[in-house]
Amino acid sequence: MPALRIKALATKLIGPISFDIAAGECLALMGPSGAGKSLLLRAIVDLDPSTGNVTVGDHARDNMPASEWRKLVALVPAESGWWADRVREHFPAKFDATGLIGKLGLAGSFDWDVSRLSTGERQRLALARALCRRPEALLLDEPTASLDDHATRLVEDLIRECCGDGMALLLVTHDRRQAERVAKRLLRITDGRIDGGSESAP
Amino acid sequence: MNSYISLTHGDLLLASIFLAMNAVFSILLRLRLERQLIVSALRMITQLFLVGLVLKTIFRASSLWLTLLAAAIMVTFAGREIWARQDRHLQGIWGIGLGGTSMLLAGTIVTVFALTTQIQPTPWWSPQFALPLFGMILGNTMTGVSLGLDTLHTALYRERAAIEARLLLGSTRWEAVSAAHQRAVRSGFTPIINSMAATGVVSLPGMMTGQILSGVDPQEAVKYQILITLLIGGATGLGVLAATFASVWRLTDSRERLRLDRLAAPGR
Repeated sequence: MPALRIKALATKLIGPISFDIAAGECLALMGPSGAGKSLLLRAIVDLDPSTGNVTVGDHARDNMPASEWRKLVALVPAESGWWADRVREHFPAKFDATGLIGKLGLAGSFDWDVSRLSTGERQRLALARALCRRPEALLLDEPTASLDDHATRLVEDLIRECCGDGMALLLVTHDRRQAERVAKRLLRITDGRIDGGSESAP
Repeated sequence: MNSYISLTHGDLLLASIFLAMNAVFSILLRLRLERQLIVSALRMITQLFLVGLVLKTIFRASSLWLTLLAAAIMVTFAGREIWARQDRHLQGIWGIGLGGTSMLLAGTIVTVFALTTQIQPTPWWSPQFALPLFGMILGNTMTGVSLGLDTLHTALYRERAAIEARLLLGSTRWEAVSAAHQRAVRSGFTPIINSMAATGVVSLPGMMTGQILSGVDPQEAVKYQILITLLIGGATGLGVLAATFASVWRLTDSRERLRLDRLAAPGR
């Protein structure tokens, strides 16, 4: 039973693309810059107009409001966006994210000013912000791009833990070894298409 | 009280003496302003003489169609101005249509309301009352709408990452753009709020001054000015709200997406 099923997904620039991710599986997505990795993630969460079918569990994307869909399928883009002054204001009051930011090595950061965060801190807090809402599928766009080795390990540990909880994960990365460390399967994308037959165990 | 003093053309020529002095200074000090100064003064004089001629013709004809035609021309110029004052505007017909329609709706509703319930000339559309009133309301609404739209479009463009972050976390489009939208509405309202607060203390409004100079009792002139300012404030607010809500609606879609592809790049 696949948790996230993508079928003939296409936009003006990419696709059609089809693949499945099982519950508890981490799938790595690699490809050269400009191949359409980020566009694919945006299309899955319906941030760009697209055709095709995307389902998570029994829920079809096009049968529900986009705002509800994005609570089931969360995307953490490579560049995080912040709309308020304090870190805390970006986290919903009804979820407790204290443990989560502790695991990412940022305990106590709730009271920090967003303007003083480093790129790496922003990246990890954006991950925590999405994860604390307990999505069923998580799409990560280069989540460790500006992190040092230690922080990278923390994020990778958390990714494994999410898979252990049954979440479906799609990980865009430029780092082949990272794909080997956390993903069970690897997809390659070039010119907006998944390379044929390249699906393999990393 | 009727102390209206008619001006001769000689009076006007005499009034230009200080401006002419400025032009001489500009030449002496090599400021190179003399050309612009003279050209813009000549433009002002020609345009005003022409508009006086046109208004006199329209007033004398007292035709509903001619009045509507004049109003339509005013709206076209103002709509074009709203478009030009935005750094980034909506693609295609929306670029001029959205701001122009908001201004037209707000301006028309308020002008018709004032003509039919407060000023009540006969006929109610009498051009002598309708056109100056519509012009003042339109001019201020135009300023508000263009400021509001310019702020909104710049904010949506610059804050794309923050807005999309909210969308990604499950916010609706209205929640996600609320901060940018509020700022746009505020900036559209600011000129009229500032001018209301300063009116009568810092500045005497031009319309009121004109009435007083032409012999109207100051207390009567003040009442007219209050009426006009209230109408202008109301129309500006309605126009800004209509334009910014419509533009947010256009720049997002029912799948809760930010559609910056519907925004043109600056200078296009």
